[in-house]
Amino acid sequence: MRIFWTLLRRELGTFFLSLTGYVIIAAVALIVGSTFVMLIHNMGTKPFAMPVTQLFFNSFMYWLLVILVAPAITMRLFALEKASGTFETLMTTSVGDLQVVAAKFSAAIFFYMVTWLPTLAGLVIIQRFTNQPKLDLGVVGGMYLGIFLSGCLFLSIGCLASALTKSQMVAAVVSLAVGVILFVLAYMAQVLPGAAASATDALYYFNLFKHMEDFTRGVVDTRTVIFYATATFLFLFLTLRVVESRRWK
Amino acid sequence: MIEVSNLTKRYAGRTAVDDISFTVARGEIVGLLGPNGAGKSTTMRVLSGFMPATSGTVRVAGFDVFHDADETRRRIGYMPENNPLHPEMRVREYLKFRARLKGLGWKKSRERVTTVMEQCGLADVGRRIIGQLSKGYKQRVGLADALVHEPELIILDEPTIGLDPQQIRSVRALIKSLAGSHTVLISTHILPEVEMMCGRVLIMLDGRVLASDTPENLQRRMAGGSQVIAEIAAPAAALRAVWENLPEVAQFDVTAGEGEFFRCALTPRDGQDLRPLIFNLARVNGWTLRELTRSRHSLEDIYMQVTRPTTEEAE
Repeated sequence: MRIFWTLLRRELGTFFLSLTGYVIIAAVALIVGSTFVMLIHNMGTKPFAMPVTQLFFNSFMYWLLVILVAPAITMRLFALEKASGTFETLMTTSVGDLQVVAAKFSAAIFFYMVTWLPTLAGLVIIQRFTNQPKLDLGVVGGMYLGIFLSGCLFLSIGCLASALTKSQMVAAVVSLAVGVILFVLAYMAQVLPGAAASATDALYYFNLFKHMEDFTRGVVDTRTVIFYATATFLFLFLTLRVVESRRWK
Repeated sequence: MIEVSNLTKRYAGRTAVDDISFTVARGEIVGLLGPNGAGKSTTMRVLSGFMPATSGTVRVAGFDVFHDADETRRRIGYMPENNPLHPEMRVREYLKFRARLKGLGWKKSRERVTTVMEQCGLADVGRRIIGQLSKGYKQRVGLADALVHEPELIILDEPTIGLDPQQIRSVRALIKSLAGSHTVLISTHILPEVEMMCGRVLIMLDGRVLASDTPENLQRRMAGGSQVIAEIAAPAAALRAVWENLPEVAQFDVTAGEGEFFRCALTPRDGQDLRPLIFNLARVNGWTLRELTRSRHSLEDIYMQVTRPTTEEAE
């Protein structure tokens, strides 16, 4: 556990002590901020028909951000260490493979959540300066839970992509591609008639838009939570196997 | 300290290390010598526990590096090829991070970091960012990292590569200072380095260990083939006749030197020392002897000789 904290500290250090970390935070803040401004403009002073959280996540902006930001955060994790050789010095100390994967993923998800912190300001502004109905804490919690879970999924995909290669570019492209595929699946589930309606349809589970819509309404569906949790664990497990694979004969 | 038996490592389609066996005793400094691609780094990577062997066993301090990885890792300080570091970290911060990863406690790691920084001459650069250090300092950071958890065995893969002569000297001195208290395994393809630092040499080529001995013994073993060079002022024909009739001379070669001197290169039979013989001959015949030397084989000659077949193949 001690080693896990040491690793986590160092991983967080590379996020918060590097320029790229702040570029990512700034880029997310910029896109979220401008979307927010657009929303306010469109709505004028009329009361919104739905919670403001839901309005934002109904746009594709959120998914655009997740798909782009996840590779930017994760591409470095393993690929850079492999390319520079520090992976070798890391793996010949007393660290375990699981600790390394867990620390890198935890740092990524922590940093990812930090990039979303500016959205809190948006919520506060709405509360204070408009005559919208009071935001429900459940709705806000649901929104951040949604951000967290979908972030977990996309970041774990990025972890796997990064563990597979020495090249950060390849890692980024692979996780971007998988992200886009997930997005397309979600889109199909959304637009294909009947698909999203029945829970028996496999595509139903890939309707990320619907999941997020539920979360931002404050509805936490255990099926969705389990979908994200299992998918994340699957990709992290695969990452762990890839890290272990160097010890296969 | 190290027992390697029948170690083989195959990468897809290529055998990097081919059935090698050797042992290294506690406190020895052993040099792994060989051209690029001879399997030195692969051997070290297996020793360090980074990769498993395809077959064969490697034991460090009695523990199997694959099955008792935790026990062996604690006992090994490993500096890989090209000395990878985190360039964005500060020296002290990095060493402390490494000490913690190697399982040292908070207080212990602080203590050890201070000690190794002293030992490696890093005390003045503790706050500097690694990426901005000179190569010599970076190398010392790598060494300090290898030493920080007080390992019994230190494995250094080409520790002096890419350094300037002054830096090489200081790194060598540092490694030499480890002798006795630590067992050291160094790989290099720089011969004088081995001659200077190592008590024993393992010459590797194409994944095999071709020779394993002290530098002196290797030289002695080769001395049988060493030549004696004599520059003598005498008629060439007379010289040839004398060498021809001398049973101790196995082979000779007479070439014209400056003025009336001839340069004779003589190969003795059975590794005898021809020099007293030549001197007496010169005295008896009244020849002027200007130079009399025995060319000792340097490790370089031995190395060239041992590794020759493939270098020719390559050409």
